[in-house]
Amino acid sequence: MSTAVHAPAGEASFYARKGIASWLLTTDHKRISILYLAAMMTFFLVGMTLGVFMRLEQLTMGPTIMKPTTYNALFTLHGVIMIFLFVIPGLAASFGNFFLPIMIGAKDVAFPRLNLLSWYLFMTGATIALSSLFTGSGPPDTGWSFYVPYSVKTGTNVTLAVLGAFTIGFSSILTGLNFITTIHRLRTTGMNWMRMPLFPWALYATSWVQVLATPILGITLLLVVLERVFHLGIFDPSIGGDPILYQHLFWTYSHPAVYIMILPAMGAISEIIPTFAHRTIFGYRAIVLSSMGIAALGSLVWAHHMFTSGMSEFSIIIFSLLTFLVAIPSAIKVFNWVATLYKGSVELRPPMLFALAFVFLFSIGGLTGLFQGALAVNVHIHDTYFIVGHFHYVMFGGTGFAFFAALHYWYPKMFGRMYSERVATVAFVPTFIGFNLLYFTFLVMGLQGMPRRYYDHLPRFHAGHLHATIGSWILVAGLLLMIGNLVRGLFRKATIPANPWGGVTLEWTVPSPPPTENFAVLPVISEPPYTFNPVAKEPA
Amino acid sequence: MSVSAEPQAAPPVQEHAGEHRDYAGAKLGMWLFIFSELILFGGLFVAYGMYRSMHAHEFHKASGELNLTLGVINTLVLLTSSLTMVLSIVAIRLQRKLQSMFFLAGTMLLGTVFLVNKFFEWMAKFHHGIYPGSEHMMARPPGERLFFGLYFGMTGLHGLHVTIGVVLMSVMLVFLARDRIRHDDFIKLENTGLYWHLVDVIWIFLLPLFYLAA
Repeated sequence: MSTAVHAPAGEASFYARKGIASWLLTTDHKRISILYLAAMMTFFLVGMTLGVFMRLEQLTMGPTIMKPTTYNALFTLHGVIMIFLFVIPGLAASFGNFFLPIMIGAKDVAFPRLNLLSWYLFMTGATIALSSLFTGSGPPDTGWSFYVPYSVKTGTNVTLAVLGAFTIGFSSILTGLNFITTIHRLRTTGMNWMRMPLFPWALYATSWVQVLATPILGITLLLVVLERVFHLGIFDPSIGGDPILYQHLFWTYSHPAVYIMILPAMGAISEIIPTFAHRTIFGYRAIVLSSMGIAALGSLVWAHHMFTSGMSEFSIIIFSLLTFLVAIPSAIKVFNWVATLYKGSVELRPPMLFALAFVFLFSIGGLTGLFQGALAVNVHIHDTYFIVGHFHYVMFGGTGFAFFAALHYWYPKMFGRMYSERVATVAFVPTFIGFNLLYFTFLVMGLQGMPRRYYDHLPRFHAGHLHATIGSWILVAGLLLMIGNLVRGLFRKATIPANPWGGVTLEWTVPSPPPTENFAVLPVISEPPYTFNPVAKEPA
Repeated sequence: MSVSAEPQAAPPVQEHAGEHRDYAGAKLGMWLFIFSELILFGGLFVAYGMYRSMHAHEFHKASGELNLTLGVINTLVLLTSSLTMVLSIVAIRLQRKLQSMFFLAGTMLLGTVFLVNKFFEWMAKFHHGIYPGSEHMMARPPGERLFFGLYFGMTGLHGLHVTIGVVLMSVMLVFLARDRIRHDDFIKLENTGLYWHLVDVIWIFLLPLFYLAA
C-alpha cells in the first residue's frame, strides 16, 4: 500500500468556487468532467426512454402505441442519442477527463481551454442533433447510420442531425489530441510508459483512434449534407455516385468508433478488478499491447459491416480474416482479468459487481461478433435482431456496464460523497437479469429470422418480443433504482477518506474530492503500477 | 505505487495549471490536428481515386475545361504566401516585430488574392451552367458530373480552409501588435504557419488532380 500524500489541510476542493459562471467558464479538467457526466446522463435517460417506447410498440402485433413513421424516428433517435451523445464521448470524456491527469500525476490536461471548447462543441452538436426533432419536416428516419441513397432522398430532417454528429465528431477529435499531448508531455517524474496505469493507456489508444478515424466520419457526413443541399453526386446513384462508397467511408470511422467506445471501458475494468481482487493485474504488458493492438487492428476491419452489400468476394474474405484477428487482443484482456481474480482476495462490492458483469456480458458480445465475422453465417443473420442483440451486448453490456462500474468506483472520489452500497447491490440484480432477458432474447429471435428495424412482427416472434419487453421493464427498474441511489448519495453528508477502496493508483492519494490543483506536491513514481504487496515490490 | 513527497525536480513543463508554457506540447497538438485534417481530405481523395479509375476518359475530358492559367497563378500565389509566412516567423525570432507583421499581412493578402481568383473561376463555371445539379450538368455523362462534383467539393473545402487561415492570421496580427507573440514565445504564430503550409500542401495535390489531369 502506498503512503498517501494529503494536500495540506485547508486546501479547498475543486467544488469550492460557486456560481454558474465558475462552471461554464472553467478550464479545470475535473469540472469539465462533471459537465460531461451531467450532460451524458441526461442524454442516456432520454435514449433509454425512447428505447422503452420501442419495446412497448413491439409488445403486441400490429400498431400498439405509435405509427410506423414514429417508430422509424424512434430507432433513429435512440441510435443517434445513445451512440453520439452517450457511448462515443463515454468513459473518455467523463472519467477520462477527471482521472487521466490525476493518474499520470499532472495538474490538468495539456490544453485546458481546448478541453472546455470540446465540451461546448459537444453540447452544440447535441443541441443541433436534438433540434432536428422539432424543426423542419420531422425527425430523421434513416437509422443512426444515415445510409445513402435514402438519407439523401428522405424529406425528414437528416441535414440537421448529420451536422450535429459532425460537430460532436470535431469535439471528439479535439479531446483525442488533447489526451495524446497530455500523456506525452505531462507524466510526472518517474512515470515512464510502463509505469502508467491501464486506464490512461486505454485512453491513449482510444485517442489515436479518435484523431485518425473521426475525420473520415466528418467528411462523410459533410458530403451527405452537400449531397442534400447542392446535389454534388458523390453518393447519389442517380447522378453517377456510388452508395457503397458511402458505406465504406462511414464504416471506416464507425467501426473504429466501436473501439473508441469500448477501449476506455476496458481500461476502467483493468483498474477496478485489481483494486477489488487486492492483487496486482495479471499481464500488465499484455493488456497494454492488446489495447494498442485493438486500436490498430480495429481500423482494418470496417467492411465486415458490408458483407451483403455486393462488394468483391476477395475483399470479403480478407475482411473476414482481419475480423477474426481482432478477437485475439480482446480475448487476451478477458483472460488477464480472469487471471487477476485467481488467488485474489475478491471483494464483491458494487463497482466489482458491475465490472464482473462487464466481463461476462462483453464475452457474450465478443463471441457473437465472431458469428458475424464468419461469411456463411453472416448472410443468414445480417440485418436481424441477432445484430441488435450483439451490439447491445458490446455497447451496453460492455461500455454501459463499465460506465456504471466506473461511476460506482470513482463516485466517492469525484463527489466526496457516498451512495448506499446496499441499494447499489440490490439495483445490480434487476439490471443484470433484465439486460440478459432483453438482449439474449434478441439473439435468439435474430437466429430465427426476425429482421431489425421492423415496425411489426409475425406471430411466431410474439413470444420473443413479449419476453424482451418484460426484460426491458426489469432492466429499466434496475437502472432507475441505481441512478436514484447515486443521485440520493449526492445529498448525503459524508466525509470520504482519500482511499475508500484500497486502490493503489495516484487518484487514491489525493483527497476526495481533489483540490483544484490535484497535487500539493507533484508525486514522484518509483515503481510499476498495481504494486499491492510491499514484499513483492520489484526493484525500481 | 509508492509516492514520495520529496520536492525533487518536478517535470520542467509544469508550472501552474493552465499557465504552463510547453513549446513541444503545443507543437505536438498542432501536428495531431494536421493529421486529422489530412484524413478529412483523405476521404475526398479516396472518392476521387475511385471515380477516376471508373471514369478515366470522362475525367480527362472534363479536366480540359478548367482554366489552367488561373490554376497555375493560384499555385504560385499560395507557394509565395508560404514563403512570406516563414519569413514572418523568422522575423519575430530575430525580434523584428514590424517586419514580422509586414510579412504576415503579406501572407493574408496573398491568401485573399487566392480566394478572389477562385471566386472568379467558380463564377465563370456557373455562367457556363457548370455547377452540381444544374440542367447542363445532368445532360452530361456521369463521369463528368462526378468530376465537377468533386472539383467543387474539394476546392470548396480547401477554400474554406484558406478563409479560416486568413481569419486566423488576422488574429495573430493583433497578437503581434499587442506583444502577445514575442521573440521568446511565438508558438501561436508557428502553429498558424504549420496550418498554412497544410493548406498549401493540399493545394499542391489538388492542382495536378484537377487541372493537369487533361
